[in-house]
Amino acid sequence: MSSAKSIPSPLIQQGEWFMRICNACRYCEGYCAVFPALERRLTFTEGDLNYLANLCHHCGSCYDACQYAPPHEFALNFPRILAEIRGATYQKYAWPGFLAGLFPRNGLAVSLITGISLALFLLGMAIRGGPAALVSSHGLGEGAFYAVVPHNAMVVIFGAVSLAVLTAFVIGLVRFWRDTEEGFRALVDPVALGRAVMDVLRLKNLDGGGEGCIYPDGRPSLTRRRFHHLTFYGFLLCFAATTVAAVYHYIFHWPAPYAFWRVPVLPGTVGGVGLLIGPAGLLWLKIKRNPVVSDEGQTGMDIGFLALLFLTSLTGLLLLVLRETPAMGGLLAAHLGMILGLFLTMPYGKFAHAVYRSAAVVRFEIEESRPLPKYGAD
Amino acid sequence: MDPSRTYDVLVLGGGNAALTAAITARRTGVSVLVLECAPKGLRGGNSRHTRNLRCMHDRPSDVLTEAYPEDEYWQDLVRVTKGKTDEHLARITIRQSTDCRAWMVQHGVRFQPSLRGTLHLSRTNAFFLGGGKALVNAYYRAAEDLGIEVAYDTEVRDLNFRDGQIVTAIVAQHGATREVRARTVVAAAGGFESNLGWLKEAWGDVADNFLVRGTPYNMGRVLRVLIDKGVKPVGDPTQCHAVACDARAPKFDAGIITRVDAISLGIVVNKHAARFYDEGEDFWPKRYAIWGRLVAGQPDQIAFVLIDAKAMGSFVPPVYPPIRASLVRELAQAVNLDPATLERSVAAFNRSVRPGTFNHAILDDCATVNLTPPKSHWARPLDAPPFFAYPLRPGITFTYLAVRVNDRAQVMMQDDKPAANIFAAGEIMAGNILGEGYLAGIGMTIGTVFGRIAGREAARHVLG
Repeated sequence: MSSAKSIPSPLIQQGEWFMRICNACRYCEGYCAVFPALERRLTFTEGDLNYLANLCHHCGSCYDACQYAPPHEFALNFPRILAEIRGATYQKYAWPGFLAGLFPRNGLAVSLITGISLALFLLGMAIRGGPAALVSSHGLGEGAFYAVVPHNAMVVIFGAVSLAVLTAFVIGLVRFWRDTEEGFRALVDPVALGRAVMDVLRLKNLDGGGEGCIYPDGRPSLTRRRFHHLTFYGFLLCFAATTVAAVYHYIFHWPAPYAFWRVPVLPGTVGGVGLLIGPAGLLWLKIKRNPVVSDEGQTGMDIGFLALLFLTSLTGLLLLVLRETPAMGGLLAAHLGMILGLFLTMPYGKFAHAVYRSAAVVRFEIEESRPLPKYGAD
Repeated sequence: MDPSRTYDVLVLGGGNAALTAAITARRTGVSVLVLECAPKGLRGGNSRHTRNLRCMHDRPSDVLTEAYPEDEYWQDLVRVTKGKTDEHLARITIRQSTDCRAWMVQHGVRFQPSLRGTLHLSRTNAFFLGGGKALVNAYYRAAEDLGIEVAYDTEVRDLNFRDGQIVTAIVAQHGATREVRARTVVAAAGGFESNLGWLKEAWGDVADNFLVRGTPYNMGRVLRVLIDKGVKPVGDPTQCHAVACDARAPKFDAGIITRVDAISLGIVVNKHAARFYDEGEDFWPKRYAIWGRLVAGQPDQIAFVLIDAKAMGSFVPPVYPPIRASLVRELAQAVNLDPATLERSVAAFNRSVRPGTFNHAILDDCATVNLTPPKSHWARPLDAPPFFAYPLRPGITFTYLAVRVNDRAQVMMQDDKPAANIFAAGEIMAGNILGEGYLAGIGMTIGTVFGRIAGREAARHVLG
């Protein structure tokens, strides 16, 4: 499993120089995990840079506080170089390697793939039931959705895609972990893992050392952390709802659709609302924030992902509200098309951050559970 | 900046002391204009490069451990300044350092526990979360919220006096000269450390080899104008905070990252490969700020700190990598020292090291015997290859030549009477307290304490 793409060497050279500045300064130590992690090192290999780049949550606090930021002659822009390296690692760890090509111009790629998914569902439906299938009323009888899209087709399509996504991420994770030069045995550390899970669930690294990150406008704020929580927990609730629905279907043989108050629908709705507000809020913050800390090459990826999450949720909620109307067929196709687009592009878009950043947090907590090396400890 | 207005308080400078004064004054309701000569992106003077302030405290509190009582603080100050300090002003600074933090937090500054690698400061120094620029940013936000006017890129050229009082300031902004009217002035514009001509005037040609660690904007113009207009100076123009910096650093503004903190762990030699000062005289935070001056006293103002593999890694790594070699002789060649002489110096040092128990956290018993100069603590033979060298230059942080002030931060005139409407805070008056030497974090303490006094007294003068 050799890596498909390596990180461009100018990025590594500049990253290494910036890391040495940060390691000699250390003023940002209290903001997040990146600084304590880099302070454990005297020199920085590519693997170190890749790890630290993924550990960065890109809040920009360190840029705001940086005595060496432009117009200083060192022109240190730490969040930006980390974003650039991080973007390059997504390509480096991508499997299969040729799909790494989806990362540049990712917004376009995600839109196209989602558009094609959508078209395929509409086309499939039209071929099967004629154009009328998309607009006729199906009522809310048992299995009404499956009259539009056969259940087996859904299972085969989403099962295969899920398996592919899972495989891509497992391989990506192995590549990331190898890159950090940390052994796999280190993962057997329940305390560190528990801490890492809590860090991720609480988004510890977006608290800016307490009162929030300097995001988006130079004042400490927890806004981004809250919008991300809405997005993350919204996504989890929707995912959980789908899982419960699968259990209903296979174990209890209760086919969808379910009444609003039934378990899959209620958390799905709550999650869906979170998944509307969260991505919209994150998008709003992204527009407001200081653009100099961002890698503009990734703007399309970020916006594409947020838009996709928002549209997935929007079509899902519309489907819930309008499922007894003639719009149901078209909305179901749209919703399924969005979900398929989302899943297909997961390993080749912004969703990758969830995997690698979480893994970096695990690595961080494993390192923190070890005594400080004598480096810089006086 | 409105030339048709008369500002109640005109603050000259835009760093910690200036903003502390501006905020304190503004909170009483008076109008305040801050003149910062740097552009917005480099605002804050040397405060941008700071990271903590030294606080007296009687019990563990928020980020500070144990206690640091007034008398210990005072004794520390007497020791580093060799008694060249104004006890009255120093004790005011020390006592009022206790309640600075609450005020700072109220105005947006956040604190964090002592940084890794600086644990020896956790008792005495409170660290700013994000460092000095984060503090400066917080104060500018507070100033904006309070309705304080700030003019960037605005340099004070002259101050016009009438009947012993300042009435206007002549300022240059974007190539145009303007006159600003004010009822009181707070001078908080720093020392003259960025003014290479003035440094040369004080030091001679030696100054050509100085690096300026801090802001390039502290040209000392306000200090010079005040002295020229009859304000009483205090201090020696060659006295300053100066550390040993990596010789590869840029001429200006490199801040903390080129500071080499390896000295107490190794030996320092000059261009003749000879040692010249006790590297282990006292704890590093009480000694780091004399090494700039020591290097300045050496031929060609160059020196080299040498360590071996035992010491590598036990200090914060400076930004430039060390020069390394597996033999002392090769290291000498790599840094252009005479190999035979350096070998002799190292051998003489190694021979004189008395066995002891090395502990960098205490004044340990690892010392040399019969060696001149001695190394009083942390002396271990240089015998574990590879050997490392960092080239050192004097890195000047700020100068101590100051305007004389009283305990109301009023500037004193040549006749020893206070100027009615001129107050001073920060570097420009720190020399009242720092005759020489330095105590880590006391610069920000002086700036904060006297910034608050100056702001309060200036407002009181306006309000009557």
